[in-house]
Amino acid sequence: MTFTVFVPRDSTALALGANETAAAIAKEAKARGIDIKLVRNGSRGMFWLEPMVEVATDAGRIAFGPIEEHEVAGLFDADFLNGGKHDKALGLTEEIPYLKKQERLQFVRVGITDPVSLEDYLAHEGYVGLKKAITMEPAAIVQEVTDSGLRGRGGAAFPTGIKWKTVLGAKAAQKYIACNADEGDSGTFSDRMVMEDDPFMLIEGMTIAGLAVGATEGYIYVRSEYPHSIANLNEAIDNAKAGGYLGDNILGSGRTFNLQVRKAAGAYVCGEETAMLESIEGKRGMVRAKPPLPALEGLFGKPTVINNVISLSAVPLIMSRGAEFYKNYGMGRSRGTLPMQLAGNLKYGGLVEKAFGVTLRELLYDFGGGSESGRPIRAVQVGGPLGAYMPESLFDTPFDYEAFAAVDSTVGHGGLVAFDDTVDMAKQARYAMHFCVAESCGKCTPCRIGSTRGVEVMDKIIANQNRPQQIRLLRDLCDVMVTGSLCAMGNMTPFPVLSALNHFPEDFGDQPMATAA
Amino acid sequence: MSTQTFDMAAIESIIAKRKSMPGALLPILHDIQNTVGYIPPSAVPAIAEGVNISRAEVHGVITYYHFFRQHPAGKHVVQICRAEACQARGCEELASHAKELLGCDFHGTTDDNNFSLETVYCLGQCASGPAIQIDDDLYARVSKEKFNRLIQAKRGVQ
Repeated sequence: MTFTVFVPRDSTALALGANETAAAIAKEAKARGIDIKLVRNGSRGMFWLEPMVEVATDAGRIAFGPIEEHEVAGLFDADFLNGGKHDKALGLTEEIPYLKKQERLQFVRVGITDPVSLEDYLAHEGYVGLKKAITMEPAAIVQEVTDSGLRGRGGAAFPTGIKWKTVLGAKAAQKYIACNADEGDSGTFSDRMVMEDDPFMLIEGMTIAGLAVGATEGYIYVRSEYPHSIANLNEAIDNAKAGGYLGDNILGSGRTFNLQVRKAAGAYVCGEETAMLESIEGKRGMVRAKPPLPALEGLFGKPTVINNVISLSAVPLIMSRGAEFYKNYGMGRSRGTLPMQLAGNLKYGGLVEKAFGVTLRELLYDFGGGSESGRPIRAVQVGGPLGAYMPESLFDTPFDYEAFAAVDSTVGHGGLVAFDDTVDMAKQARYAMHFCVAESCGKCTPCRIGSTRGVEVMDKIIANQNRPQQIRLLRDLCDVMVTGSLCAMGNMTPFPVLSALNHFPEDFGDQPMATAA
Repeated sequence: MSTQTFDMAAIESIIAKRKSMPGALLPILHDIQNTVGYIPPSAVPAIAEGVNISRAEVHGVITYYHFFRQHPAGKHVVQICRAEACQARGCEELASHAKELLGCDFHGTTDDNNFSLETVYCLGQCASGPAIQIDDDLYARVSKEKFNRLIQAKRGVQ
């Protein structure tokens, strides 16, 4: 009989030696005369277990991990193919509590399928959404997305359906779908996982978006730091085209949608939507003033839907299961699920998809298992380098756009970075300003000059030079940046700075401010 | 840098192949850097002519993006992620160690031209830091010892 063995091709698994493990398994099986089929699947997102090896059994897949190259012979000795006893055996994969407690609606295939196999995608509810959408009027597709309550997962949380409606209503000979896959925020990797581990989901979502608004061309703008994403997307695009799911006659409908990947070049600010458009057009990634809205004058001056990877790849699910199904998850005005990314100093870092409403504490402790260093978690930065640092007293905040905004924080892209009590929050505040110096596009003064002054002020605070005055100056500067900057780069850099100052004043040599927001 | 040689014909053919696509400049620059290893300043006029913009604009784009190099890098490029998630897992200690081991600073190249050391802000390995990349290969959970082994291995296969 042939055994099916899975070893992930996700880049975190690769960075932890998955290719070496896979090669060792193939070699060992051959040497022992055992017939195996080796599938390179995506990652389940339990990164402390990578490289995680799975074997298909009648009861379901069983897992072993982490398995390094030198442990492979031992696995065979333990007869792992028949579920033999091994100290790294994890039992049935689906029963691992970290996975079992999740609500994987969108990441339902991630870690299960071979990412670039169209056949696998189709066997797991793939392209059901497109097949439905292709029979619908464009306005009905837009309505379905609107009804689902989906809001932009890139961080701005703008209702996706409203954006689509604007583009649908715009009159133009050419419209575009532009996917923002410039996932530069530290602590985030859900876009990367979609592109590497289930790229067809994004491709299908963009195709549906094209049908909905009347766009025939799509661009995916991917970071240069993500070569594996680019490779998998290109392979999946070719396979989708060959299968009739992309191109000039999608599924025989006569409708056209073409898709191409554009590689970014390491500028963080190109994650801002208008800077991204400039970059795709071949220019410096400078932020544009709005209006005009990109929905009306976007890429190459044409009406353009710009959505994040997670927003677009939620669409196939919404179309296949219906808006009602999706909307039934979540809380308040935050509907559906969010793939959250547990990062930094956590014991069990990885991808956790849950409905909105889960608290930070549940994520950090029930899923994350507390800090890896074993020391108390002191601060968590949510939403990337422009997100606030949250102290223990705010750990019961539920993931909900409005609840986070109420405590001067932001859900952002759903990434959280945990720090233990060795962190120096004044240094983190300085880093936030320094990052803005390095990454500002330079178009507006508050961001370009403000961040440089911010680093200088932080240096004085750290060196204990006239702290009360410098702290006043820092607050004043942050106020200018928040209100005067052209885009989120400048007007959100103060989030990490002020949250560090307000919640951890002792690190700034300041008295605690009980009333500070 | 006058001793640097590169294949201008290869650059010309990249420009010819790409110039008619919409927003051709970044794809052209990527292809050139892929082929030559950097973007030679002397290639700028040909690029400008190819996409019909000024040399200043091409120069502006090359210098705007961190990814593009105007000079050749060392034989191996070592990128260390120094963003928040890796900071929380000790990347700054690794960064100091790397500087000491290689004997060069960030954005610098070792005297023997074997290694260039670079900072990168996020490789998307945020649950498993510190993360580094050597040439095209990613490595996660990089301790000082693991770093030493990786560098040693690269020294071995020069």
